[in-house]
Amino acid sequence: MTTLTDRPSAAPPRSVASRRMRRRSILIGWSFILPNFLGFALFTLVPVLAAFVLAFMNWDAYNPPTFAGIKNFTRLFGDQNFHVALGNTLIYAIGHVPLTLVCSLGLAILLNQKLRGIAFFRVAIFFPYITSLVAIAIVWNMLFDPVNGPINQFLHLLGIANPPGWTSSTGWALPAVIITSVWRDMGYYMVLFLAGLQAIPQEYYEAAAMDGAGRWRTFWNITLPSLRPTTFLVLVLLSVSSFKVFDLIFVMTGGGPGRATLVLSQLIYQDGILNGQFGYSSAISLVLFLIVLVVTVFQFRIQQRRER
Amino acid sequence: MSTLTSDLAQELDGGRALPPVPARRGSRRIRSRLGRIAMYVLLVLLLTVVLLPFLWMLSSSFKHDDEVLTVPVQWLPTSFVWSNYAQIWTQIPMAGYLANSAFLAIVITILQVLTGSFAAYGFAKVRFPGRDALFLAYIATIAVPWQAYMIPQYMMMQKAGLTNTFTALILLQAFGAFGVFLMRQYYMTIPDELNEAARIDGLSDYGIWARIILPLSKPALASLALLTFVNTWNDYMGPFIYLSSNELWTVQIGLKSFIGQYSAQYALIMTGSVISIVPILVIFLAGQRYFISGIATSGMKG
Repeated sequence: MTTLTDRPSAAPPRSVASRRMRRRSILIGWSFILPNFLGFALFTLVPVLAAFVLAFMNWDAYNPPTFAGIKNFTRLFGDQNFHVALGNTLIYAIGHVPLTLVCSLGLAILLNQKLRGIAFFRVAIFFPYITSLVAIAIVWNMLFDPVNGPINQFLHLLGIANPPGWTSSTGWALPAVIITSVWRDMGYYMVLFLAGLQAIPQEYYEAAAMDGAGRWRTFWNITLPSLRPTTFLVLVLLSVSSFKVFDLIFVMTGGGPGRATLVLSQLIYQDGILNGQFGYSSAISLVLFLIVLVVTVFQFRIQQRRER
Repeated sequence: MSTLTSDLAQELDGGRALPPVPARRGSRRIRSRLGRIAMYVLLVLLLTVVLLPFLWMLSSSFKHDDEVLTVPVQWLPTSFVWSNYAQIWTQIPMAGYLANSAFLAIVITILQVLTGSFAAYGFAKVRFPGRDALFLAYIATIAVPWQAYMIPQYMMMQKAGLTNTFTALILLQAFGAFGVFLMRQYYMTIPDELNEAARIDGLSDYGIWARIILPLSKPALASLALLTFVNTWNDYMGPFIYLSSNELWTVQIGLKSFIGQYSAQYALIMTGSVISIVPILVIFLAGQRYFISGIATSGMKG
């Protein structure tokens, strides 16, 4: 994003000819952007702006819209569904972010080697990320089957007499969903980490070896610090995607059992699209947006402080 | 653009190649060969664990329904029930679902690549006032979660009478900011001198885009096309919200409703799942280089 400001905008016009040139470049520039911009403005930009307005309106499918002030937001405090969804989203993020981070970093380090055929392993580990979600949800739901599922049979084998009920129990449904999503996402973040690892200058490692540093010290003192920009990017992307989580959970558990895996995004869908409470659901989405924004800004702050 | 898949990747523990006290060559080679074999064993084990759900899915798709969830786990079918792969087409309109998914994915991909790369040229190669502010608007919306504006989008489509049409999905997904962003980042790496030289040769900006920039940006175009295609193919929420009639359903929606209706037909559900993945697998294997470089350069996804 730093490339945004790397070029000064057009120089001030001096003569009629250069003014004509300027007008020409405006026309040409806009003619390139317009086909995409029309669609983008109408179907993304306007809805984004409208969401902010809607959040302050009484607007449902049946009555004429009226101004509501902050009523939609005060209503959130008493809404049990909102409390549950917010809590579940936070728990999901707290589980999903560190687990995915550790798994993807571990995979990246393991697969960042000079070995014949290593590319195949990288590609294969990445594959779950681009597989269709419904297929993944189906197969994991069966793997998690409390009685006959392979996962619980394996746990039995390990001597666990009472393995969890996973997606059919209120306490274990969220962990089950987290495990599935970590498995699905780790390949994607591994690719980002691999890019980061390959940008570390080889000389650092040679110098460390010269000083007699072991593998572990090399990892802590060279690899991790050099990876900091990548780790930061991964952390931001991961947390944002955790708070936005929707489709995987929705397909796997439908938010259940009960409200055990109801997350904010699903609540927005339920209240807005199913129940037609456009204003109120927009207030929830504004809260979701603010959470994402605060988390991102917070992480940027920490990153800046570290760099100083 | 770094291709991560290249075997020239720098070795992480490269330091080990220069031990303080050089060992005898022969012993080192043996040790490293042993190490290499151990590493391969480890990697194969890891791969098996990670891909186990797929292997289990594939194996189950050839079983009878009552053989899928058994104690103990049957890793291989006792007899291969090939008829699952014939039955799925008649039990649910699988061919229609596949055709719908393919249609949506192809149309959206073409529109996204065309308008995205066209707009990216405007952002990267033409200077005009307001350009950077406009680009900032694009980037800002990438940061806003889709869930935050899906309600206004839905209301608009409802007003326009476009719910339950492909048009709604195409309009909502074909003009994403992500494509513009990805292509612009790539165009910024192409030197401006090329444009100036072409202009002196009498090419217009449109000519430069079509004859010089597009051919040069094939890798980025491939990344964008593949990512868009796969995202659209796998999209669940869009079709789920907008498409209510069965004949418009995509593979994802069709498969989900199939589980709801016939929850005990485990084997056939697995067969459907395998079929829904095959197109993605083929496309992925053909263009995996572009997927990975696209992700590594952009660091973000729609």
